[in-house]
Amino acid sequence: MDRLKPRVKIPESAKPDEVMEIRTMISHPMETGYRRNTRGEIIPRHIIDRFTCEYAGQMVFEAKLGPGIAANPYLSFYVKAVSTGPMTLTWHDDRGESQQVVKQVNVEL
Amino acid sequence: MARVASLSLLLCGLLSAPLLMAEPTQVKDPISGFDYLSAPNQKLQRDEFANPGYFRVDSGKTLFNDASQGNACGDCHDAATMKDVTLKYPRHDAEADRLVNLSQQINECRVERQNREALEPESEEMLSLTAYLGNLSRGRTIDVTVTEETRPFFEQGREFYYRRRGQLNLSCAHCHEQSAGKRLRGEVISEGHSNGYPAYRHIWEALGSLHRMFQWCNEAVRAQPFDKGSEEYINLEYYLKWRGNGLTVETPAVRR
Repeated sequence: MDRLKPRVKIPESAKPDEVMEIRTMISHPMETGYRRNTRGEIIPRHIIDRFTCEYAGQMVFEAKLGPGIAANPYLSFYVKAVSTGPMTLTWHDDRGESQQVVKQVNVEL
Repeated sequence: MARVASLSLLLCGLLSAPLLMAEPTQVKDPISGFDYLSAPNQKLQRDEFANPGYFRVDSGKTLFNDASQGNACGDCHDAATMKDVTLKYPRHDAEADRLVNLSQQINECRVERQNREALEPESEEMLSLTAYLGNLSRGRTIDVTVTEETRPFFEQGREFYYRRRGQLNLSCAHCHEQSAGKRLRGEVISEGHSNGYPAYRHIWEALGSLHRMFQWCNEAVRAQPFDKGSEEYINLEYYLKWRGNGLTVETPAVRR
């Protein structure tokens, strides 16, 4: 089965200079690397360590995540609507994998 | 000696007969597991975005309409007319004379009508489909009527519920009926209703089926769990559903 799609909620449309709330959540184990399995072996760390949001040609939000973040990280933040165009959200994990969601932001003039 | 034995057997029979005949008592005003949650967890369950169970609801919707391997579920079933489906399961299968739960019905459809392989009860696909269908019924009231056909299975489910098991020698009823609302270490014991399953449990960090929860409970009293989809668990599922009559479906619920 394919990986579960990250959940992203962006307002369908916004007025210029309106502050939009962006809500995101990704399905991820966020294994800390400190836990041991029943045989005493360390369960390898597997976490999302970086999240970025690009919009209107620039990085508008970036987050570094550590092993203290619980499974299925939920992030919400605010972005000012400036122009109609795609918003690219990317989650990077410490195994070099990434998941990306692109959403269209519509700004009504 | 034989006479004594037969006499005691007779006595046992006499004593237990009224118990078996009596109509089981319904829980009055059942309390959903939701009401035992802390305020943040209640908020999380209500929030259709942040509730992690919705990952599976989303993927279930995709699977339901997935026609990449031939006909999709959605080609025959109109999701708009399926809002009551989860309320009807487990249902009685007259041909095999047994109860069939939703997962088994999905597999029957897959094998007989979609030419696909049956899914494991706890597979990601099965959880997604049951979560999606369960979510369609969200807010609907559970109202199970035990019929003549389902009565034997209902009784078996009830018998399971009241039977002591495991090294701790506890039945379901000892905790979830007699002690509901009391504390067990840091937790408050709930009435143990099934209206939120498949549910997202924090200790699993994942969505899990009702039968996974049964296994978890059985292991908690140090009993050997049954298999998911076993007859024992399906009868228990049916009994529990009846026991929660009057509650609304909360799938995907958030539980601790």
